[in-house]
Amino acid sequence: MSLLEVKNLEVRFAMRKEELVALRDVSFKVEKGERLGIVGESGAGKSVAAFSILNLISKPGYISAGEIIFEGQDLTKLSPQQMSQIRGNRISMVFQDPMMTLNPVLTIGTQMTEALHAHQDISKEDAKQRAIETLAQVHIPSAATRFDQYPHELSGGMRQRVVIAIALITKPPLIIADEPTTALDVTIQAEIMDLMMELCRTSEVGLILITHDLGVISQMTQRAIVMYAGRIVEEGDTKDIINDAYHPYTHGLMDALPQKTTPGQRLNQIKGVMPALSSIPDGCAFNPRCPLVADICRTTIPDYSNIGSTRVACHKAAPRGS
Amino acid sequence: MAGNRLIKVDNLYKEFPIHKGFLDQLVIEKGRFVRKHESVKALSGVKLEVLKGESLCVVGESGCGKSTLARVVMGLIRPTQGEVLYQDQRIDNMGFNELLPYRKKMQMIFQNPYASLNPRMTVRQTLEEPISFHNPRLSEAEVNERVVGVTESVGVDPAWSDRYPHEFSGGQRQRISIARALAVDPEFIVADEPISALDVSIQAQVLNLLMNAREQRALTYLFITHDLAVVEHFGSRVAVMYLGTLCELAPTKKLFATPRHPYTQALLSAIPKLNQSSSDYIKLKGEVPTPVNLPSGCVFHGRCVHANERCKQEIPELKTYNDISVACHAVEEKRI
Ligand SMILES: Nc1ncnc2c1ncn2[C@@H]1O[C@H](COP(=O)(O)OP(=O)(O)OP(=O)(O)O)[C@@H](O)[C@H]1O
Ligand SMILES: Nc1ncnc2c1ncn2[C@@H]1O[C@H](COP(=O)(O)OP(=O)(O)OP(=O)(O)O)[C@@H](O)[C@H]1O
Ligand code: SF4
Ligand SMILES: [Mg+2]
Ligand SMILES: [Mg+2]
Repeated sequence: MSLLEVKNLEVRFAMRKEELVALRDVSFKVEKGERLGIVGESGAGKSVAAFSILNLISKPGYISAGEIIFEGQDLTKLSPQQMSQIRGNRISMVFQDPMMTLNPVLTIGTQMTEALHAHQDISKEDAKQRAIETLAQVHIPSAATRFDQYPHELSGGMRQRVVIAIALITKPPLIIADEPTTALDVTIQAEIMDLMMELCRTSEVGLILITHDLGVISQMTQRAIVMYAGRIVEEGDTKDIINDAYHPYTHGLMDALPQKTTPGQRLNQIKGVMPALSSIPDGCAFNPRCPLVADICRTTIPDYSNIGSTRVACHKAAPRGS
Repeated sequence: MAGNRLIKVDNLYKEFPIHKGFLDQLVIEKGRFVRKHESVKALSGVKLEVLKGESLCVVGESGCGKSTLARVVMGLIRPTQGEVLYQDQRIDNMGFNELLPYRKKMQMIFQNPYASLNPRMTVRQTLEEPISFHNPRLSEAEVNERVVGVTESVGVDPAWSDRYPHEFSGGQRQRISIARALAVDPEFIVADEPISALDVSIQAQVLNLLMNAREQRALTYLFITHDLAVVEHFGSRVAVMYLGTLCELAPTKKLFATPRHPYTQALLSAIPKLNQSSSDYIKLKGEVPTPVNLPSGCVFHGRCVHANERCKQEIPELKTYNDISVACHAVEEKRI
């Protein structure tokens, strides 16, 4: 049994005039101790996918179809009380914006020990000890002093490390991290990635890592998902996604990397912009921007086909250069 | 040099007091209670110049003072000590009204396009406001013309002007923030991690946009980022900071080809690369020091494999070797 299996997930936003479909037919698995990466265009639905696993989609959003099986339980069927026993305990989340996790009027220490007390029977002193240890683990200098400080007294990067510490403190089997190191410099990013990696390996913690840093995806994850306009367009072993992708959007993404252009030159953009949810074109959602577009792309949504370890949704799916 | 200089930052210090309860401030020293005020030393003696037309990138550890430097240069906060000069005019001690003309010349783009746009203002209102404020004599039609022009120049359809920020994606919002910065025709833009929150393909759009603006408007940038691939691409020179001090300043190509300061070397080695699963970066030894109690001597010495006795005691000065400036005793002593 997989640690997590998301099956045909659909998420909608009930807007005043219309229903917007933010996620369509999203399916993927995470095995125990496996590290899965999610990349894709800003607005493609990566965060919505992560939030819906924890049932954190707020109104007007709701899960309109699909199952989320975690440790054998369908999370979409749980009551809010049951869900709060899973959140922060069995599954922890690190958000893009640290202030989504941190309460500005409570000290770092209070927030960390609260997470422990909510789920575990632990004395006040032990909780404090654990909190300070965990802060040191994520390389917060003078952890004991920081324990008594408020979020606004820390730099952006330090706040994010505190959030990561809060996610780690209950030792959950699954961590969902949404752009966890975006605010950090590369030396600290490297250390935190090492730390997360070690946790995943030694304690068999599963990781869903959302980031637009393809270097991080390449180093951290075994499998990767590429999303575009609410749909998974390609999924495969990370090294295949990076080196031998089949989907034209994935190709465009790789080409846009600064490393692919001589310094000082204009970077390779994908022409156009991703459509708004309210105006997704017929057929393949990528078709107005796609260099390989054919007539069928404008009328028919492409199904998934399997090529080796890769699954891709494109009528013209082909390796690069063919 | 002075004629080519737009900004000069001289010996800048910024401390933030740490507010603690009265009892927490008491410490015992030589058998007596003393009240101690602690502070975070966000900047400790930063000296640098931004030349006209260049893109000076600032990189460094989280918490090393990059945003503080940006905010001091912009006049958003006052330095504890030191000066900021705009074309030889001291601006760090100016009052609000005196500073107004400079507020127009200097614009800032913030990291978070979600927080920096007012959610209750349409795109048009967001752009009109600074234009009318800084150009009170423009007629409504002229203001509108400018709004349309600047919206188009950042690739946002002017037909969307009556929409609110939440209706846009992160990348589109960041374009709108850039449009707002460009709207008043600035000379100098401070961008504090303007693309960190964006995916690679939108980063490419935004960077291209900033490069176009640089060419068309002869802009000067102070560009803060964590993304060294972007620095290599965008920056003419790079300033590397560590714990509130400048450790290296060099032309971009030189810095990437031959990093001199041990921290720069560690930083460059840690860039996550495609297809490199191992973690064979230079791991810094020791604990990340705190800006509350700054280490003696070189602020980097506790983490540096090249540190010797002198490094523990004497603060290294920023010294210039050809066109590279480095603050490191080991480099000066030709040990590395
Ligand atoms: N509360 C909401 N109401 C309406 N639409 C929403 C809401 N929250 C998200 N959306 C829409 O859902 C889509 C997916 O958003 P999501 O935040 O998942 O993108 P993302 O892939 O995480 O992007 P980024 O890389 O910029 O973080 C976007 O089009 C967004 O505008
Ligand atoms: N208002 C404040 N009050 C107290 N301390 C502050 C304040 N603002 C910043 N600091 C401290 O000053 C130091 C420098 O912060 P700054 O935000 O400039 O760092 P940074 O280099 O921009 O980091 P990051 O890369 O994480 O954004 C940090 O130790 C931070 O905790
Ligand atoms: S299905 Fe067609 S439009 Fe879509 S990505 Fe493939 S080739 Fe391009
Ligand atoms: Mg997101
Ligand atoms: Mg900052």
